Amino acid sequence: MATTETFIGQPVLRKEDPELLTGHASYIDNWTMPGMLWMALARPPYVHATIDGIDTTEAASMPGVVGVYTATDFDLAPLPFVWPITEEIKVPVHYPLASDKVRFNGDAVAVVLAETREQALDAAEAVAVTATELPAVIDIEEAAKDEVIVHDDLGTNVVVHWSHGGGGDQSVFDSAPVIVQERYVQPRLIPNAIETRGCLAYGVPPVDEWTLVTATQIPHIAKVTLAGTTGIDEHKLRVIAPDVGGGFGSKLNVYAEEALALALARRLRRPVKWIEGRRENYVATTHGRGVLHDCTLAGTEDGTILGMKFVELADMGAYYQLLTPGIPELGGWVYMGPYDPKAYWFEFKGVVTNTTPTDAYRGAGRPEATYVIERLVDSFARRIGKDPADIRRMNLHPPHEDAQTSIMGLNVDSANYEPLLDKALGLVEYDKLRAEQRDRRERGDRTQLGIGLSTYIEMCGLAPSNILGALRYAAGGWDGATIECLPSGHVIVKTGTSPHGQSHETAWAQIVADGLGVSPDEITVLHGDTHSTPLGMDTYGSRSVAVGGVALHFAVEKIKAKARTIAAHELEVAEDDLEWADGAFRVKGAPDTAKTIPELAVSAWHAHALPAEVEPHLNATAVYDPPNFTWPAGAHVCVVEVDTETGATEIVRYVAVDDCGTIINPMIVEGQVHGGVAQGVAEALYEEAMYDESGNLTTSTMTQYLIPSATEIPAMTTDHSQETPSTTNPLGVKGIGEAGTIAAPPAVVNAVIDAVSHLGVTAIEKPASPERVWRAIQEAKGDGRAGASPGSEGGTS
Amino acid sequence: MIPAAFDYERVDTVDAAIAALRADEGAKLLAGGHSLLPQMKLRFVMPTKLIDIGRLHDLSYVHEDGGGVAIGALTRYHDLEASETLRQLAPIVASVAGQVGDPQVRHMGTIGGSVAHADPAGDMPSVLLALGATFVATGPGGMREIAAADMFPGLFQSALAGDEVLTEIRVPKTPGGWSYQKFTRRAQDWAVVGVAAVRMNGSANVSLTNMGLTPMRAAGVEEALAGGADPATAAERADEGTAPPSDSFGSDEYRRALAKVLVRRALEEALA
Ligand SMILES: Cc1cc2nc3c(=O)[nH]c(=O)nc-3n(C[C@H](O)[C@H](O)[C@H](O)COP(=O)(O)OP(=O)(O)OC[C@H]3O[C@@H](n4cnc5c(N)ncnc54)[C@H](O)[C@@H]3O)c2cc1C
Repeated sequence: MATTETFIGQPVLRKEDPELLTGHASYIDNWTMPGMLWMALARPPYVHATIDGIDTTEAASMPGVVGVYTATDFDLAPLPFVWPITEEIKVPVHYPLASDKVRFNGDAVAVVLAETREQALDAAEAVAVTATELPAVIDIEEAAKDEVIVHDDLGTNVVVHWSHGGGGDQSVFDSAPVIVQERYVQPRLIPNAIETRGCLAYGVPPVDEWTLVTATQIPHIAKVTLAGTTGIDEHKLRVIAPDVGGGFGSKLNVYAEEALALALARRLRRPVKWIEGRRENYVATTHGRGVLHDCTLAGTEDGTILGMKFVELADMGAYYQLLTPGIPELGGWVYMGPYDPKAYWFEFKGVVTNTTPTDAYRGAGRPEATYVIERLVDSFARRIGKDPADIRRMNLHPPHEDAQTSIMGLNVDSANYEPLLDKALGLVEYDKLRAEQRDRRERGDRTQLGIGLSTYIEMCGLAPSNILGALRYAAGGWDGATIECLPSGHVIVKTGTSPHGQSHETAWAQIVADGLGVSPDEITVLHGDTHSTPLGMDTYGSRSVAVGGVALHFAVEKIKAKARTIAAHELEVAEDDLEWADGAFRVKGAPDTAKTIPELAVSAWHAHALPAEVEPHLNATAVYDPPNFTWPAGAHVCVVEVDTETGATEIVRYVAVDDCGTIINPMIVEGQVHGGVAQGVAEALYEEAMYDESGNLTTSTMTQYLIPSATEIPAMTTDHSQETPSTTNPLGVKGIGEAGTIAAPPAVVNAVIDAVSHLGVTAIEKPASPERVWRAIQEAKGDGRAGASPGSEGGTS
Repeated sequence: MIPAAFDYERVDTVDAAIAALRADEGAKLLAGGHSLLPQMKLRFVMPTKLIDIGRLHDLSYVHEDGGGVAIGALTRYHDLEASETLRQLAPIVASVAGQVGDPQVRHMGTIGGSVAHADPAGDMPSVLLALGATFVATGPGGMREIAAADMFPGLFQSALAGDEVLTEIRVPKTPGGWSYQKFTRRAQDWAVVGVAAVRMNGSANVSLTNMGLTPMRAAGVEEALAGGADPATAAERADEGTAPPSDSFGSDEYRRALAKVLVRRALEEALA
C-alpha cells in the first residue's frame, strides 16, 4: 500500500520486538540439526607454559566422544588478522589451536566432538596436558621490559609502534605557562554480551558446500577470511548471523572455534555445534581497553589550551585478533577532542602480554581517547582554579560549517559544540548544583556533591575505503543495499549491515518508506546472510546508518529514477512534467494524475508495456563508499554523591545531550544512548578485569566481575534537539551507537573527583570503586591537603 | 558451568532425610539450592546425591515461642520478610531477609540453608549471631540444641554433623533498637562488609559479616561498650580479631576501615 505519511524522525515501534519479546527469536542456541555433534575445547589451566605433551586417550574413551583433535590433526591456515598498521609491525602467528606454548588463560590446545554438550565438556576436561610453566607477564609496562617474552620468534613484546607524530609548535609542551602532566590507566574490560558466542557448521558434503551459522557482527568479513583459514572455496561458504544477542565489538571478530567447527563438520560430514560458556567467554572472547596514557596539556593561566600530547601503551593480549593494533590507531584521530589546540602529539606502542587478546569494545579507541582528554581538561581547570565548564566553553572549536580539516588530519564534516554544552548545563541546572556543592562543603557534610562534564567529538561511519587503504587495513569500508519492489506491493530490502540489537529492521524500513511512499509495515529488511544479502561490510564502529543506511538511500534513488521513467510512459507525459510529492509521481499542475511505487512495481513486473529501454522488475542495488567519516558530538553531565567515609558513589543525575545528525528514529537513538551510558557508568565505577600473581583471571564470573544492574544505573535525561546534518552524506545521518560509552566514563570519573577535590584529591583511576575513592581521600589527608582552601577549586565564583 | 553427574531423591520427612544422609557419605541436602547449585556448577562441590528437603513444608513456619520466636529451618527469605510475627518481635530478621540477593534468591533460599552453608559473607548467620540464636539440629539420636557461639566453627563449616538436619532456629524477642549496615557494590550483592547491632540489656550485641573466615562477634566493640564507651570510640575497635579477605570488592585494609564506619553507624542507629 502506498502512503503519504512520512516516517523519518518518528518513534516508529521496533519491528524486531514482537519476535524477541514472545520467545520466537532464533539465537544460535535455538538451532539444532539431525546428526549434530557438540564441540568443546580443552583450555589447560596454564597462563604461560611450554607444551610437552597432549594425551587425549582418556578423553577419547569417554562416553559419547566421537573424536579428540589437536593442532597436528588439522591443516588450517592462521586466523585472520587484517590490520597490520605499520610496515615494521611484528605479527605473532596465531593458529586456531596452540601446539608449542600456551600463552594465556583461554588458549585452547585440543577440541572434542561428542554426542551431547555435557559429554563434550567432560571429555575436554579430561584432555591431559603436560607442560612446563613459564613466568607470565600481565602488566603492560612489565611486558615492555622484555624480561619475559611471549613470542620467542618475535624477540620482543613491543610489537608495534605507531606515531601520528606532531602538529603545530611542539615547543609549547616545554615552555607554556601552565603544563599539566598526568598518567591515566584504563583497565581491561570484558565485553559481556548477554549472549555468549556460539556457532553451528553444516554442509552439503557431495558438493562441498558449507554453512556457518554464528553469533557474529560480521558475517561478510567472516566468510572471506574463514574461506582463507579453512581452505573452503569462498563461493561454497555461506555465513549466517541469526538473531545475535549483543556484541559490543566482541563479535566483530573471527575466532578459532568458527574455523574448527567448519573444519570438523567438513571432515566428519556431520553438523557441529559449539556454545561458549560464560566462564569460557571471559577468557576466550576478546577484551577491551587495557591502555595507559602519559599526557601533557600546555595552556595559559587564563585557561587557553595551547597543546595536548599523548603517549600511549596499549595491551594487545597474547595474539592479535582481527583488528587488535588498529583500535588505538582508530582513537588516534580524535585526540584534539572538540577543542582547538594549536599543537598536538600522539603515538602509541602495542605490547603483547599473557592475556586474552584485546580488540574493539564499544567505541574502539575513541572512548580511550575521550577519557584522557576530558580528565586532562578537568585537571587543567583545577590547576588554574577555573570552572571546568568555563574552560571547556572557551576552548571549544568554533562551529564546523563545512567539512574542515582538524589538526589531526581528518575532515570534521559538521559540528556545533557550544550550544550542546549550554543545553546540558541548563538541563542539569549547573549553577544551582555548584551552589549546593558549596553549601555542603562549607557544612562539611558526610555526603558531598560532585559534578562532572564531558564534551566530546567522535568519528563514525567507518569508513572511506581510500583512507582505510592508507591506514593499511586489508578491506574496504563501503556497504551495499538492494531493494526489490514486489508486485504484491511489498518491498524487500537487503542490507549489508548486520544488526545485533541496533534496530536496523525498523530504521531501514523508515528510510525506504519515506523514499518510496510505502508504509514500513510493507517493508521487510533482510540481513546477516551472505547468500541472501551478499554485498556488505557488516556492523561496527557506528557505521551502519552512515554507510549502509546511505547505500539504501542511493538504491531508493535508482528505484525512483526507473519508476519515474515508467510513470511518465504510462501517464503519457515527459519525465520533467512529473514531480515526486506525497508519496507518488504526480503530474505538475494535475496532482491527482499520479502513479505510486506499488502500482509501478506491478507494471515493471508484468512488463506488458514498458518503455523500450527499461528492464523488467523494479529493483536496484547501490554500493556506497563514504567520502568521509561522520562526526557526532555532544556534552554529558554527571552528578554524583560521594560518601566521604566509605568512598561510595551514587549517581544522582545524568544528562546526555548528543548531536548525531539527522535522526531516523528518536526512540531508537534514546535507547542507544541509555545503553551506552549504562555501559560507560559500568566502566567508570564497576568493571575491571583482574588477575592474580600467576596471571589467572580472578574476575572469572559475574559474581566477581562487576556489571552493574538496573538499580545502579541512574535515570537519565537525554536530549537530541540539535541535529546538525552530516555534510558527508545526503541523509545527514552520523551515528549514535557508541556515543554513550565514549562520553560517560570521563563525565562520571570527573564527577567523583570533583566531589572530593576540596579535600585535596586530584586523581582517581577507573573504575572509581569505593576503595579507590576512600584511598584517594586518605592519601590527600595524609598529604595535609585536606581542607586547604575549600571551594577554591572547581567553584563557579 | 555444568555440574558433574549426581543422583537425586526427594524426601518427605526429616527421618527419611537423615536415613538418606547416612546411606551415602557423598550425599548433600538440597534446600533452596541457591548456594549449593552455584557451587556445583563451578564443580567446587560434586555431591554423589542430592537429598531434596525443599518440600518439607512443616519446617516452614514462624511462631512466637515463650520468650522468643521459633523459625522453621525451611522458611524462605521471602516468608521471613513478610512475617508479621518477625516484624514485630525480631524485626532485624525480617528486614535483613529482605536485603538478601534479589527476589529470585529470596523466593528460593532458606534460612536453614544459609546457616548450614555458613558463608562468612552471608547476612543471616551474622544477624543470628548478634541475636544469640539457638539452633536445633535433628539427627539419628534425636534433637540437640547448638548455641550461636558454637554454630560457626570454620570457613563454610557449621556445627552440624554429616547426618544432621537443621530443623529450627530460635531467636530472642528484640523489638527495639537494631541496625544492619550492609555495604554492597551492587544492590543484589553479598556484603563487602556487614554489621549487625542489636540492643540488649542496655548495651548492644554487634556482629560482623565478611570480616574473616566465619561470621563473628565484634568482641572489642562489645567490650568497649560494656566499659561505657560511646559508639564512635567503641567503633574504632571494630576490626579487632578479624581477618578480612582481599578480593575484587575490596582489600583487607579497606574492609577494616569500612567496618569501623559501619559499626559506628549501626550503633548510632541501634542505640538511638
Ligand atoms: C545471586 C545470588 C545472590 C545471593 N546474595 C546473597 C546475599 O546478598 N546475602 C546472603 O546472605 N546470601 C546470598 N545468597 C545466598 C543465599 O542466601 C542462599 O540461598 C543461602 O545461602 C542458602 O540457602 P538455600 O536454602 O538455597 O540452601 P542450599 O543451597 O540448598 O544449601 C546450602 C547448603 O546447606 C545445606 N543445607 C541446606 N538446608 C539444610 C538443613 N536444613 N540442614 C542441614 N543442611 C542444610 C546444603 O546441603 C548445602 O550444603 C545469594 C545467592 C545467589 C544465587
